Amino acid sequence: MRHRALTAVLAAGVLALAGCGGDDGGGDSGSGPGGMSVPKIDKLAAVGAGEGTVNVIAWAGYVEDGSTDPKVDWVSDFEKETGCQVNTKVAGTSDEMVALMKTGEYDVVSASGDASLRLIYGGDVAPVNTDLIANYQDVFEGLKNKQWNSVDGAAYGVPHGRGANLLMYRTDTVKPAPTSWSAVFDPNSPYKGKITAYDSPIYIADAALYLMKTKPDLDIKNPYALDDTQFKAATDLLTEQNELIGEYWSDYTKEVQAFKSGDSVLGTTWQVIANLAAADKAPVEAILPTEGATGWSDTWMISSKAKHPNCGYLWMNHIISPKANAGVAEWFGEAPSNKLSCAQTADKEHCQTFHAEDEAYFDQVWYWTTPLAQCVDGRTDVTCKDYAAWTQAWTTIKG
Amino acid sequence: MDDDQGIGRRRWQLAALLSAPLLWLGVAYLGALAVLFLSAFWTVNGFTGEVVREFSLQNFRTIVTEEVYRNVTLRSLGVAVAVTLICVALALPMAYYMAKVASPRARHWLVIAILTPLWASYLVKAYAWRVLLANDGPLDSVVGTPGYGLIAVIIVLTYLWLPYMILPIYAGLERLPDSLLEASADLGGRAGQTFRGVVLPILVPSIFAGSIFTFSLSLGDYITVQIVGGKTQMIGNLVYANVGAANNLPFAAAIATIPVIIMVVYLTAVRRSGALEEL
Repeated sequence: MRHRALTAVLAAGVLALAGCGGDDGGGDSGSGPGGMSVPKIDKLAAVGAGEGTVNVIAWAGYVEDGSTDPKVDWVSDFEKETGCQVNTKVAGTSDEMVALMKTGEYDVVSASGDASLRLIYGGDVAPVNTDLIANYQDVFEGLKNKQWNSVDGAAYGVPHGRGANLLMYRTDTVKPAPTSWSAVFDPNSPYKGKITAYDSPIYIADAALYLMKTKPDLDIKNPYALDDTQFKAATDLLTEQNELIGEYWSDYTKEVQAFKSGDSVLGTTWQVIANLAAADKAPVEAILPTEGATGWSDTWMISSKAKHPNCGYLWMNHIISPKANAGVAEWFGEAPSNKLSCAQTADKEHCQTFHAEDEAYFDQVWYWTTPLAQCVDGRTDVTCKDYAAWTQAWTTIKG
Repeated sequence: MDDDQGIGRRRWQLAALLSAPLLWLGVAYLGALAVLFLSAFWTVNGFTGEVVREFSLQNFRTIVTEEVYRNVTLRSLGVAVAVTLICVALALPMAYYMAKVASPRARHWLVIAILTPLWASYLVKAYAWRVLLANDGPLDSVVGTPGYGLIAVIIVLTYLWLPYMILPIYAGLERLPDSLLEASADLGGRAGQTFRGVVLPILVPSIFAGSIFTFSLSLGDYITVQIVGGKTQMIGNLVYANVGAANNLPFAAAIATIPVIIMVVYLTAVRRSGALEEL
């Protein structure tokens, strides 16, 4: 319920901003942070014939054409049916996705919540005409028109799926098995030098989440809305953690290799990485710690400069079709966005395991969101640290 | 009259011949540096990442006041110096053997042996080192591994740039007449004395020439650091993080001026030794 309340607060905040937002020079007062308004971009009116190619930016494991594992393939059929050749660029962080989208070379992107609004307000993505996407009607209502994938009621993409950042450990060395994030923050950890963490400023939220549960007097309500004191506590915790870290990862292949060789034995991960490491015969396990976790709710968005808009739309329709959506959800290890996907997964328990319809579970998961100076938890009496400050702090933490 | 026309034509030809490379040098190298420096004074909108083209000293103020940038600069300098020194120590005997001891036939093969690693991709070599240095990896089972970190970075960069040090030293030694060595020996100089008194002074410019490569390549490297550096950050990583992750091009440009300044200082120092004629 808290999650919904938060969304309401956010919506109210956005409306309030729209009311008092500053002038952006064009006369319209914007709905975005600081009165920023969304650039006016038209959505596609009709899908025509494919252009022969679609250039995709995606998270690792989102676009599989059988080259990783011959059995894992939801791209080849799409290419045959539509004639759209899929070119994939795997990005390791949301920041990388935003930077890549700014080049205008790509048509669609699987953006997480900490990238989507930046793309929308930056004018890098176009609103999506959901009438042209047949599978959109089967998407869980709980994922449609959310604060991270729509502005003023206009959809800017199609929901892809959601999940949590997990804690992975090697079962042969890490004993007893961890249950809490404290395992990666304990200054006296016996695994010092073999702990890994995600290499992005957004990881500060993981520390904030841990403090939210363990240091109630800091009064953190949302790990993405940190005022000066809260932010300092989080960065101090991470600076202390730096002593324990062997290496930071953003390239998933690096993490798989490090866990396989034992250079890393404990740290944050995604389910897909745990699967790949396990397939590589590394004795690893991934869990959702008791404090809950940060996570993501991803959205396929289309570039405002897309050179292949028709193939882009065909792709967005395909990737949330029950079969493909189920394929990604199982391979990546996340909850699908299409309600018909649950019948298509090889493991019939998949939707239960990943809590596809369990809103109470996702109340424990804090989706990646871009931190703003206007606190995203609705506080108006303080200024929060914005993402630029997070980025600078991240460099300092790494030393 | 004819002569004047001839000179005029020749000047015109010369200008035509030089204009393309000069334009290339001016636009692609110096122009890019100028734009880099100019954009270092801009900032970005923290939310949308759009570049704000207004003059501001904020980026440089951050670099000067935040301790982390000083630490990273010193660390990068330290790595570049260490790599250069180790390369010199390894390259001197190697080049000496090639130029003065080995038979002409063997010399031929040695030069090829030193050049072949340059044909393999940088990334392949760096990832190969990642596997070599891994826990329980090949190196660990023989002599032990330092693990991923600063030492691993120095080892791998030394490996990568060593040929760039050997070749100029080898070229310098080839030009050193054997008669000088013989003269030194005839006058009673021992091997060590000959090396210090005759070989080294002649080689100084060659060593500096090689060091320009090893030093500048190490100073700007970020890929090796990412692959085997563990949590180490160097200047290159900060530039990369600000371009790729933070999408803060102006700040990346401001950081990128640090190695430029270091290299200008270094090259000015090297110029005095006359090493630039050795390149």
